[in-house]
Amino acid sequence: MSAFPQPLTGIAAPLDPRGLRDNVDTDAIIPSREMRSTGREGLADGLFAPWRYTDVEARTPDPDFVLNQPEYCNAPILVAGANFGCGSSREHAVWALAEWGISAIIAESFAPIFRGNCLRNFLLPIALPASVVERLGGEAVTIDLAAQTVSAAGETHDFAIDSEAKRMLAEGLDPIDLTLTMRDEIDCWTATDRAARPWVYLESQA
Amino acid sequence: MGLTLFDKIWGAHEVAKTQGGASLIAIDRVFLHERTGAAALGRMAEMGRTVRDPARVFAVMDHIVDTRIGRGDGTLMPGGEAFISETRAACKAAGITLFDVNDREQGIVHVISPEQGIVLPGLTLVAPDSHTCTQGAFGALAWGIGSSEAEHAMVTGTLRLEKPRSMRVRFDGMLAPGVTPKDMILALIAEHGAGGGAGHVVEFTGSAIAALDMEGRMTVCNMATEFSAVTGLIAPDAKAFDYLAGRPHAPQTFDDPYWETLKSDPEAIFDREIVIDASAIAPMVSWGTSPEHTVAVSDTIPQGPAKAHDYIGLAPGAPIAGTPLDAAFIGSCTNARLSDLRRAARILEGRRIAPSIRTALAVPGSLSVKRAAEAEGLDRIFEAAGFEWRMSGCSLCFYAGGEGFPPGSRVISSTNRNFEGRQGPGIRTHIASPETVAASAITGAIADPRDYARPDAREAA
Repeated sequence: MSAFPQPLTGIAAPLDPRGLRDNVDTDAIIPSREMRSTGREGLADGLFAPWRYTDVEARTPDPDFVLNQPEYCNAPILVAGANFGCGSSREHAVWALAEWGISAIIAESFAPIFRGNCLRNFLLPIALPASVVERLGGEAVTIDLAAQTVSAAGETHDFAIDSEAKRMLAEGLDPIDLTLTMRDEIDCWTATDRAARPWVYLESQA
Repeated sequence: MGLTLFDKIWGAHEVAKTQGGASLIAIDRVFLHERTGAAALGRMAEMGRTVRDPARVFAVMDHIVDTRIGRGDGTLMPGGEAFISETRAACKAAGITLFDVNDREQGIVHVISPEQGIVLPGLTLVAPDSHTCTQGAFGALAWGIGSSEAEHAMVTGTLRLEKPRSMRVRFDGMLAPGVTPKDMILALIAEHGAGGGAGHVVEFTGSAIAALDMEGRMTVCNMATEFSAVTGLIAPDAKAFDYLAGRPHAPQTFDDPYWETLKSDPEAIFDREIVIDASAIAPMVSWGTSPEHTVAVSDTIPQGPAKAHDYIGLAPGAPIAGTPLDAAFIGSCTNARLSDLRRAARILEGRRIAPSIRTALAVPGSLSVKRAAEAEGLDRIFEAAGFEWRMSGCSLCFYAGGEGFPPGSRVISSTNRNFEGRQGPGIRTHIASPETVAASAITGAIADPRDYARPDAREAA
């Protein structure tokens, strides 16, 4: 796995140039019908399919959609409104964004499952007030994860991220490997819990 | 200082603090389905990782299985059979209990988990499915995660988590006749927004919640994710314990004094509190493309985002009732349990859906629900009214590329999401209770279910 690029500088693509769009759901980011295989690859083609193509089947690009425009098609940063990534828990939404080349999303807020999925894929979700977010679309933005700042057009804004997530992103850590180093503590806890809550522990059926 | 139910469950599952200051939380149950389960199990196999305790991991085929009577592994979704066959093989290899396509107990994950006693009060349960919050109705901390987190939970028996904030949503008073649990949760989201619960675990309390049966409580908790909450839960009471006692994976009895501790202390402090007058709630129906775009069925359509009006094809200022419909759907983890089907059938009995309704589906939440409904003759009522009676599964709650509604349809649906394209490209969805779906299907346009109420329905409500 790869760590979050440090620092990241690039154009921030406004998902909707007319204003911040709230409640962008994961069905819009990647519709279920675009999840054609059981793996996590090959999803970028379906990213934002309903908005990106005028004819989804023929894959005819809609020139009005931001990621189809030459100045934004390689943007590593996406800008959106409140509750970004709501709806289905499908991690395919994050896999599709990452495969397309998005490394960070700046939004007013994020839906919780989507935010967790971002962190597990080293894609940085940054929540900032709407008044700040709406000025970032179209700007060259620098994100400094270590300093927890977003800079653009001579302004710098601090963002919050919990220390665990920050460390995971900065160092490109695999959480499963990290947790497995605590196996003894987990085993010890489980033994105690088994005595206290025996109904939790089931006999194998398979 | 008192503790909330959430505090108690969290505390009881905190194995350790991580180096980064997060909590390592023990996970008691993992539930997979074929849409995302194969991805998680496949990746684990690639990485040479194994399931720590397979006896506490379950899986079901529900998302893309065919729901037509006589089904097999074939599905109308292009490539869908690979999801089914790979999930089956991966579950077998990992020693995971699978409720397969035509297993007697197959059904939608959040319907069969309580039926099988897999979810229990006080447990932590995760599934790579956003509506896992449904199971919070039993006083479990149950929430949806992504595939990577599902792998983490299966391999380590834990998740690394920052503790969410807590919120109490209290529904005071009692529901008026003809108003349902679905209307309660839609009213909350309409008033406080689709992001209103962000970052919070929401405990639903109050007299209107206490009065609900377990199926109604599941409907309320189901849409906590549409409120952007981490999850929702309800303190278990005698109704919860009676529902679960003796089920295949549940204890025979809930006599242990431990179970009585699973409630918020009277002096517990929540980070946020919302109070709603349940008696003022009317039947609700969505008008737009987010669950927050919802009004009482007697209201007019408000001014919303231009994109929502454009997609749904309805202008602000018009009454929502009377909007002509092309299709009707009763199903999903929100509203496809026996009581939902009974209430819809009561409205449909002796009536026919309008000729303009080209597709009308009734999809039971599980095969067990289906059998129970058939034993009461509900299938014959649905069919006589013009609904197709199906096998269990998620069906057309979402469009996976296979079976769909007729192009351009406007659908009244007992599901949970009215997103653009959720039920198919260009399909316009209005979410509502099963009663409202039934009444609207008869009318051929969005209708108030109270106009079709029968005396027994009023008593039952």
